[in-house]
Amino acid sequence: MSMVVLETRSLLKRFGGITPTNDVTVRVYKGARHALIGPNGAGKTTLINLLTGVLEPTSGSIWLDGHDITQLAAHLRVRRGIVRTFQINQLFSELTPAQSLALTVSAQLGISGGWWKPLGADPRVAPACEKLLAQFHLMDVMNQRVKHLAYGKRRLLEIATALACEPRVLLLDEPVAGVPEGERQEIFDIVNALPADVSVLLIEHDMDLVFNFAKSVTVLVSGAVFAEGDVQAITNDPRVKAVYLGEGDGGGS
Amino acid sequence: MLTLLFDGIAYGMLLFVLAVGLAVTLGLMNFINLAHGAFAMAGGYITVLAMSRLGMPFLLCLPLAFIGTALLGALLEPTLYRRMYARPHLDQVLFSIGLVFMAVTGVDYLVGSMQQNIQLPAWLKGRFDFEWVGIGKYRSFIIVVCGVLTVALQWVLATTRFGSQLRASVDDPRVASGLGLNVNRIFLLTFAVGSGLAGLGGALGAEVLGPDPTFPLKFMIYFLIVVSVGGTTTLTGPLLAALLLGIADVAGKYYVPKLGAFIVYTLMIVILLIRPQGLFARAGGGK
Amino acid sequence: MTAVAQSLRAHAAWRWWELALIAALPVSWLLLPSHALLFNEIAILALFALSLDLILGYAGVVSLGHAAFFGIGSYAAALFAKLVMPDPLVGMVVAVATSAAFGALCSVLILRGTDLTRLMVTLGVASILYELANKLDWLTGGADGLQGVVIGPLPGQFEFDLAGRTAYAYTLAVLIACLLLVRKLVHSPFGYSLQALRDNRLRAGSIGLSVNTRLVVVYTVASAIAGAAGALLAQTSGFASLDVFEFHRSAEVLLVLVIGGTGYLYGGIFGAIVFKLLHDLISAWTPQYWNFWFGLFLVVLMLVGREKLMKPWAWFGAKR
Repeated sequence: MSMVVLETRSLLKRFGGITPTNDVTVRVYKGARHALIGPNGAGKTTLINLLTGVLEPTSGSIWLDGHDITQLAAHLRVRRGIVRTFQINQLFSELTPAQSLALTVSAQLGISGGWWKPLGADPRVAPACEKLLAQFHLMDVMNQRVKHLAYGKRRLLEIATALACEPRVLLLDEPVAGVPEGERQEIFDIVNALPADVSVLLIEHDMDLVFNFAKSVTVLVSGAVFAEGDVQAITNDPRVKAVYLGEGDGGGS
Repeated sequence: MLTLLFDGIAYGMLLFVLAVGLAVTLGLMNFINLAHGAFAMAGGYITVLAMSRLGMPFLLCLPLAFIGTALLGALLEPTLYRRMYARPHLDQVLFSIGLVFMAVTGVDYLVGSMQQNIQLPAWLKGRFDFEWVGIGKYRSFIIVVCGVLTVALQWVLATTRFGSQLRASVDDPRVASGLGLNVNRIFLLTFAVGSGLAGLGGALGAEVLGPDPTFPLKFMIYFLIVVSVGGTTTLTGPLLAALLLGIADVAGKYYVPKLGAFIVYTLMIVILLIRPQGLFARAGGGK
Repeated sequence: MTAVAQSLRAHAAWRWWELALIAALPVSWLLLPSHALLFNEIAILALFALSLDLILGYAGVVSLGHAAFFGIGSYAAALFAKLVMPDPLVGMVVAVATSAAFGALCSVLILRGTDLTRLMVTLGVASILYELANKLDWLTGGADGLQGVVIGPLPGQFEFDLAGRTAYAYTLAVLIACLLLVRKLVHSPFGYSLQALRDNRLRAGSIGLSVNTRLVVVYTVASAIAGAAGALLAQTSGFASLDVFEFHRSAEVLLVLVIGGTGYLYGGIFGAIVFKLLHDLISAWTPQYWNFWFGLFLVVLMLVGREKLMKPWAWFGAKR
């Protein structure tokens, strides 16, 4: 029985008059390939925001490796290995991919506060960047400012940046959103090639992708856990299908 | 003490009328218009000049000031301001600072920098003397007029069609225009009315504040305090902030004259420190 | 060396025009002694603008009250010379330390909130200081300014002469030292992390950067440098007055930086040169209404777009 790496206990978030996260208890096991699905507005991104510390919960708790991290600041959670990607690219528009990744790698190495030597002077930085740029096919654009890059490349950089943080738990928020069909597999190949001890939580709409990638699934509806189980059981569950049928076909975001 | 309170309320209500245009402009167009005070100054000068050169009665000058500055606003919005809406805040700030400098020096050139004093009509001079408090007639007049304006504004926003169109555009301009609302026209009208109100406030307050060319700069920070503390999503927020500011300023200058405006600035900083989105803003509002 | 390592290194390398510029500074002192006073003013303004570039161009913090720290440095240096000892170097250290401390204190105010909040708060702080300096006239001389400030000679017995040559040399030394220091800073991982939090604060936090700590540090450093500029003004003119806190000064330094261009380190210098020349030209023609043309210039510049002005300098800016 593998150990629980990340879990929430009765996590609740209420604001305005709505409750986007309603008493959610979810467990991510070490090495998991876990998908989080649900109709639009189910609260999936809110849950990610709560897990990463962007939002504060109204009640409930979040545990990492058996430690309560509910009060831990967002940037400190990253240092503990909880890393996410954003559904809408969040990049540094004036920097180049080389600089963005070099900064991220430096942050990961703990030298991002260094002010005397230039960025990249540390011999560990360039090789790590090189590896990521090659892996994500960004070598040819590595010196262009991010704001000039095409969408597909920006999406790749979005995920590369997350991987540069050496995640232990990777939270992917619709990683292939807006990416043309032909390029989607590229991204999933990279995610699939992640080390086995990295635990992945994936938000996704496309049921085919979920089926190909995930081993276990949680279904979120109106902020609450609707169903949970291994991917076979969930994709064949008539209740889950019913919940999705009202949304039109399950592909596209 | 009560007199102080009364004076503070009068000052606060005046500040509200002056600043409400700025609050709406910020909430609607997301534009930081530091030149807002220039419209108030224009209103003050229109009044002073109309009274001294044209011999117009004070009461008539008020709507004149409103219309005059509203027209000015209606002229400037589509020609100048509209081009700046999409720009970063820094550019907007510098742009409006530039306008202020132009306005201030322009008026200085045309009118001279001596403070012009207006003569209040006789029926506004003096006070109502009650047993425990003396209430200046002029200040009562201010409170009444501003009160009526506030109620009217609230009524327009809450019940008329234009009001709901305005509220929709403040909430989300893209969606609003997608729904067929002529957002440009709404912006224009709102800007004009906001400027007109500033002009009216400048006219009303001409005796209290004294129209002088440095008015926009001196009072810019007060208007900004009203807007940043009061928030831009409601009408009552800036109203309460203005009242708070008015009372604090009057009381501060009376009890601790050595420190003067110091108290107001400190209060603002403390408030913004605790609640950066303003005292009364809706959570998650605006940029 | 790999392509990545090369690319990173190239960004930090000295360009020829940087070296030329820095070499030109002492050359100007040598070759044009009659203009020393003017150049001194320009250099002080350039230093002030450099400090603003750090928080505005690199960290993305909009400030309408940066003059607060300029003023603190100015009064600190003047008061120190008047009340404690006239040595300018010790006075400089004291002024820098004072404005840095104040900057660290104020940095708490700019951490949260929107652009408008930051504008208000920075404006508020500068206004408070103005009021304070005005009201505490037993200390500051109030509206008349601080009189009777005598600055001692620099080491090696260099007295501050009326022609301003010593002053300019002194200012240049401080300017170049700060420039080199800031250059190191902006090319370091810390410097890039500032740009990251300017470009996308959310993402900066999401890669593990501590946003608040960085803001405090950069604001403190920028305040220290602004304080140095203010101290230079006080020391080279032997005088400190209320206008160091005025809104006009904060607006002016903003414009200087905008003219020269933000975020590439040398915008302050280019902007100061252009601004001062323009200012002297226009003031000679219409001294009373300089503000009008200043305002008009701002309006037109903003309407046309900052980037268009950058075109003549574009090849400097593009080489980032």
